[in-house]
Amino acid sequence: MSLELIERALNRARNAGAHSGDAVLVEDASTEVRVRGTEVEHVKQSRERRLGLRIFVEGDGGLRQAITSTSDLSDDAVDRMADETVALARATAADAVAGLPNAPFATDPPDLALADTAESPSVDTLVGDAQAAEAAAEAYDERIVNSEGSSADTGNTRVHYGNTAGFQGSYARTVHSISAQPIAGADGAMQTDYWFTVARHRKALEDPAAVGRHAAERALAQLGSRRLTTRETPVIFDPMTARSMLSSLAGCLSGYSVYRASSFLGDRLGERIGSSALTVIDDGRVPGGLGSKPFDGEGLPTRRTTVVADGMLKSFLLDHYSGQKLGLASTGNASRSAGSAPGVAPTNLWIEPGTQSLDQLVQSMGTGLLVTKLFGHGFNPVTGDFSRGAAGVWIENGEATGPVEEITVAGNLGEMLQNIDAVGSDLVWMGAVAAPSLRVSQLTVAGE
Amino acid sequence: MTDLPDNGRAAALFRDRFGIDDRALDAALGTTLERKVDHADLFFEYTTQDSVALEEGIVKNGDRHLTQGVGVRAQTGERQGYAHADDLDVASIQLAATTARAIASAGGGETAVATQRAVAPSLDLYPVTLAPTDVPVEEKIALLDAIDVYARAQDPRVRQVMASVVCQNRHVMIAASDGTWVSDVQPLVRLNVSVIVEENGRRETGYQGMGGRQELAEFLLDGTWKPLVDEAIRLGIVNLGAVACPAGTMDIVLGPGWPGVLLHEAVGHGLEGDFNRKKTSAFSDRIGERVAAPGVTVVDDGTLAGRRGSLNVDDEGTATQRNVLIEDGILRGYLHDRLNARLMGHAPTGNGRRESYAHLPMPRMTNTFMLAGQEDPGDVLRSVQNGLYAVSFGGGQVDITNGKFVFQCTEAYRIEDGKVTAPVKGATLIGNGPDVLTRVSRIGNDLELDWGVGTCGKDGQGVPVGVGQPTLRVDQITVGGTEG
Repeated sequence: MSLELIERALNRARNAGAHSGDAVLVEDASTEVRVRGTEVEHVKQSRERRLGLRIFVEGDGGLRQAITSTSDLSDDAVDRMADETVALARATAADAVAGLPNAPFATDPPDLALADTAESPSVDTLVGDAQAAEAAAEAYDERIVNSEGSSADTGNTRVHYGNTAGFQGSYARTVHSISAQPIAGADGAMQTDYWFTVARHRKALEDPAAVGRHAAERALAQLGSRRLTTRETPVIFDPMTARSMLSSLAGCLSGYSVYRASSFLGDRLGERIGSSALTVIDDGRVPGGLGSKPFDGEGLPTRRTTVVADGMLKSFLLDHYSGQKLGLASTGNASRSAGSAPGVAPTNLWIEPGTQSLDQLVQSMGTGLLVTKLFGHGFNPVTGDFSRGAAGVWIENGEATGPVEEITVAGNLGEMLQNIDAVGSDLVWMGAVAAPSLRVSQLTVAGE
Repeated sequence: MTDLPDNGRAAALFRDRFGIDDRALDAALGTTLERKVDHADLFFEYTTQDSVALEEGIVKNGDRHLTQGVGVRAQTGERQGYAHADDLDVASIQLAATTARAIASAGGGETAVATQRAVAPSLDLYPVTLAPTDVPVEEKIALLDAIDVYARAQDPRVRQVMASVVCQNRHVMIAASDGTWVSDVQPLVRLNVSVIVEENGRRETGYQGMGGRQELAEFLLDGTWKPLVDEAIRLGIVNLGAVACPAGTMDIVLGPGWPGVLLHEAVGHGLEGDFNRKKTSAFSDRIGERVAAPGVTVVDDGTLAGRRGSLNVDDEGTATQRNVLIEDGILRGYLHDRLNARLMGHAPTGNGRRESYAHLPMPRMTNTFMLAGQEDPGDVLRSVQNGLYAVSFGGGQVDITNGKFVFQCTEAYRIEDGKVTAPVKGATLIGNGPDVLTRVSRIGNDLELDWGVGTCGKDGQGVPVGVGQPTLRVDQITVGGTEG
């Protein structure tokens, strides 16, 4: 039924004059439960289907392109959309490198264990998980005085892809998560933080009570925060915040940023961009990985790519189009929802862990800042300059002296990568992008 | 079938295309939800969005997306059941309604369901004769081509031009168990221009966007789009000369218009009804207290004609209004959707909004701004000895619970001896929401609203909003830069 719909759209477009094209059909079903205190706040059940179409028509010196999508999957609507897409493509400019990939498609991908074989959890089960997380957070300490609530979600997705070059593929994936966001209060001040667990298989989730306790611990740790005076200091990013810095880096490694000259790393391929402690891997075929998929948004096989090896920039992340613009082959990083043109995104992207625990990093730093929260979006990919709001713990002589907040951490990502003097052993997977703790020899912290 | 009001075009669309009439609504609300819940509503949506984008001198892509669906909600006490479907046939709506009821139906009141009677929104803030999504794509492409040629001719340092036109036309219809039945057609246009400029090997970007709920034709006029392009280039060139930003605490002057995003983040979110009902906001239980310096009056107004954040009715069918949040420094009110208003014993304020039929409504801002004061903006700048003049922001974020906020400046200058001097790069402002407005020491007479580009994110849902303010002096704010 689903692949038939894709064929119907592509055939209709070809009859209307399309040169080539491809289509994605995404079917989603999910349930989301939120509990606050002992009460259920909401239960939400979603069912969504969307068909996306990319059509090329011939033009002078290249192909013209249009993208459309619809959540109305009736035959009439799909036919009308195919006709409109061809007409829309005829209005755009011809592009010498636009088109479907000609590389071998992912005809025989391995089973990546992306879908839970167990039955979907019931609403009652999800309510129980969220209540367990909520209760554990509340019971953890009497200073847990309130809550933004705890959630338990489950989702089931089927992705179907087909193109006029003859490739068709489908895969299923599931995702389960539990999160908690308690509020700690003391002396008239409130602090909140969250923790979550997410996995493709339910049995791989952390225990809901552990999620609640961990969230409570993080919120409590910020009670009594003070400010710092402005200073230059060594900084350790914990895995949650290191992951945010890695996401910023990933955007600068996208082929689109590079050919648009909007990445500070655009002309650095093959050069040293970081300290020898830095190795970055993208791998779309990690079994059960939250960023894994058997083929990318253009039907190309996903793969393992060493992006940075011991500080040397080895590869950008590319789809077919951005690769063509740079004279390089796709790295299988085409990302695509039914409603979007292909773009580039990491699959599973991580920094290879080192050998020291976070405690050891803190001990050997002596004096400096441990960052546990980053917020704001202060990053300029063209220059690499960043300036982010932060909170964390001030360390002196290897010992925590108490929490700090209302400060910023600023520097240049290019310089920061060079100044990574240690990488922790504590790689934590809480999404498709993951990092261990990172220690940077010097950054500017602004405060009072 | 009840006669549709003159501007019930959205209701007519749902009736004619999908057969959803008063009987279908009664069936879903009445038969399925009756007597089991405190409140129930149906939200129908049919949205068309299209965009064209230019880069490297050509429009490489055009796109068009259709989104349709219905969300059914049942409320019992604080509990909400929500189910949505993308098929708009009567059977799907019944199924979603049954699901929503099952979710919410522990306990529940004995509320009778009122008969549905269609009413027109009393406001008509964005009467367009041609939906922006119905304007031929050739006209949009011609605009982008003209922008590219114009931008490259303005300055030889312009290396890349990226521009896009994004148009949306959203039909919504809301029917609720209290008899509400209202529909609206909501056009939205956005034009974006960004340039990469280069000089002596240094590259910077400049971006400016504009938009609103208006005819696209207004954006096709030279007098509209050329100033937008000029502004994007000017920002890029300013940043080519920017030096490292000083770090530390200093007095700052915020320019008029878009820097009002500070109000949105620092106080607006903290005044949303959900956080205050749960007492998780730094502003909880503070109505009637001083939260800002004398002279500071902040309003949220969804009734401004043609603005990006305006709505005739919110996504629960409540008419939007002008809500005074802070009056002369005193906290006066919160922003409510129906659920939080009911639970707090307040009236809804027309701020129940949702990204789409697939999302639960929440209290959200519309257009949030501070009213003008008396002072000449030049005098405000001259009053600062050493500090920072922040003219434009990239965006911001706030932690509702402890009130901490952060903003990224995209255009900022040092102020030395009351004079605006070197542009600085990468400046970030950080502070405490409940505290920051008490530090406002001078208010300019030059209230401006932003250019119509804001999108507010909350709990994973994005909605279009507006912000604004006059020139403001704020004492002793922490600036995050790299120069100690």
